Amino acid sequence: MAFFDSIGRGAIGGFAYVGGLARLTGRAAYLTVVGPFRGKPVRMSRAMHQAMAVGIEALPILSTITFFVGLILALQGAYELRKFGALQYVAGGVAVSMTRELGPLMTAIVVIGRSGSAFAAEIGTMMVTEEVDALTTMAINPIQFLVTPKFLAMIVMLPCLTTWADFMGVLGGAVFGITGASFTFHGYIQATVDALLQRDIITGLIKSVMFGGVITAVGCYEGFQTGAGAEEVGRSTTSAVVMSIFLVIIVDLVFTSLFYMLQR
Amino acid sequence: MSQPPADDVILSVRDLRVRYGEREILHGISFDVKKAETLVIMGGSGCGKSTLLRTLVGLQRPSSGEIWIRGRETSSLSHEELDETRKKMGLSFQGGALFGSMTVGQNVALPLQEHTELEDTTIQIIMRLKLEQVGLAGFENYNPSQLSGGMKKRAAVARAMAMDPEILFFDEPSAGLDPIIAAGIDSLILKLQKAFRMTIIVVTHELASAFLIADRMLMIDKGNILAFGTKEEMQDCKIPRVRQFLDRVPEPEVAEEMDYLQMLTGENPRPL
Repeated sequence: MAFFDSIGRGAIGGFAYVGGLARLTGRAAYLTVVGPFRGKPVRMSRAMHQAMAVGIEALPILSTITFFVGLILALQGAYELRKFGALQYVAGGVAVSMTRELGPLMTAIVVIGRSGSAFAAEIGTMMVTEEVDALTTMAINPIQFLVTPKFLAMIVMLPCLTTWADFMGVLGGAVFGITGASFTFHGYIQATVDALLQRDIITGLIKSVMFGGVITAVGCYEGFQTGAGAEEVGRSTTSAVVMSIFLVIIVDLVFTSLFYMLQR
Repeated sequence: MSQPPADDVILSVRDLRVRYGEREILHGISFDVKKAETLVIMGGSGCGKSTLLRTLVGLQRPSSGEIWIRGRETSSLSHEELDETRKKMGLSFQGGALFGSMTVGQNVALPLQEHTELEDTTIQIIMRLKLEQVGLAGFENYNPSQLSGGMKKRAAVARAMAMDPEILFFDEPSAGLDPIIAAGIDSLILKLQKAFRMTIIVVTHELASAFLIADRMLMIDKGNILAFGTKEEMQDCKIPRVRQFLDRVPEPEVAEEMDYLQMLTGENPRPL
């Protein structure tokens, strides 16, 4: 009995969590889209500030990681392709895996580590120091003030970062292509362009927008769930990261299966 | 809903009950606050005075009862409707609750930027004026982390006053401050009340400070009102629990032998 009891409790907890996320996302979306028409403009300067922190400042680490991932993909692909004497397909393999899957995913992972955790820590600390209460008593909606700029920044910046990650991945692949598979740089890029379909890039970008929404929602939600005390901030930051990675993978699975079925 | 309170009553609480889940914290509290008076809410730790404050400013929803603020019943209002009332109230938090990512000046200017159409230069002037009123002139470019405890509280008062509120709330204004700084905060409260005819509601358990600033005092114990009156009435009060608080007598170690036995055996027939 206790076994079923715990399954039931877990399921209810899971639904409540997703419900909480959906409510927060709904409020933030409402305040972003409808709010400006009701005299509640989005603070563009705050959104720009967030976009800098989420996007521009992530470029060095994201470039390095995706460059190496591209190179690794090429090496791993070549290991198998070499058996068939089909090394010229390395370029296409790297391009498709990067744009459809690893570009958006690696970007999401980097952004979770840098920004998802930061959102939870920032809002969590503000909960502990009563700053969120202070906003409420000043008649400033905490969701509008804290969450909306983050949503806007993430939904715009993640596709941009993903595009850059795709490009860096291809560049990483090209290093192997030139040194290990007798491509010229121009020839490698040409092979990449020939292999890619528009929908490969677009499906990747659609996923990245979704990832941006999920990461912001989880980071901010965990932040608002923070109780009293400094150790609570640590707890929310940890669960923001773990939960974001989990949900990003789930969303990835759902959308990848959806795209697969749609394109059959 | 009952009748609105008289014109000179700015805040009226009627049979207010607040519960967190199963536990009821306030068991039906009623009192009136007149315009331009200073009310001090006193009580021991965990008596429900902080909950009362949070409920008055709308951070906590009452489970039943009415709260009339400036002639409007607020406990049934939505968050958006409540915001209009909130703009006329200011709350100075115990720890200051200044936004760490902004300077002191930006903290004070924030409510004005959010709620008014004023020019930025005007907002800057108001901000400096408010900081000057709390004795922090010239500190607008400091970060909150660079301020001492007393200065943080003063900055929080300046922020709470930014919108020229009619009611100013203080949560434990002198907690954690040395006696000289605490006295400075007391005289600031007195000055604000005299200069701006503000209604001031202070939650504290510092006796000296309470008797200095209060017009009237409200004492809460275990979620009920124990005594309510002027400070003279309070001083002459004969209620044992009030006397114990005012004369600083500690709780007796063992109230009753049976209670003690029950505590030891883990049986607790008396619900909290």
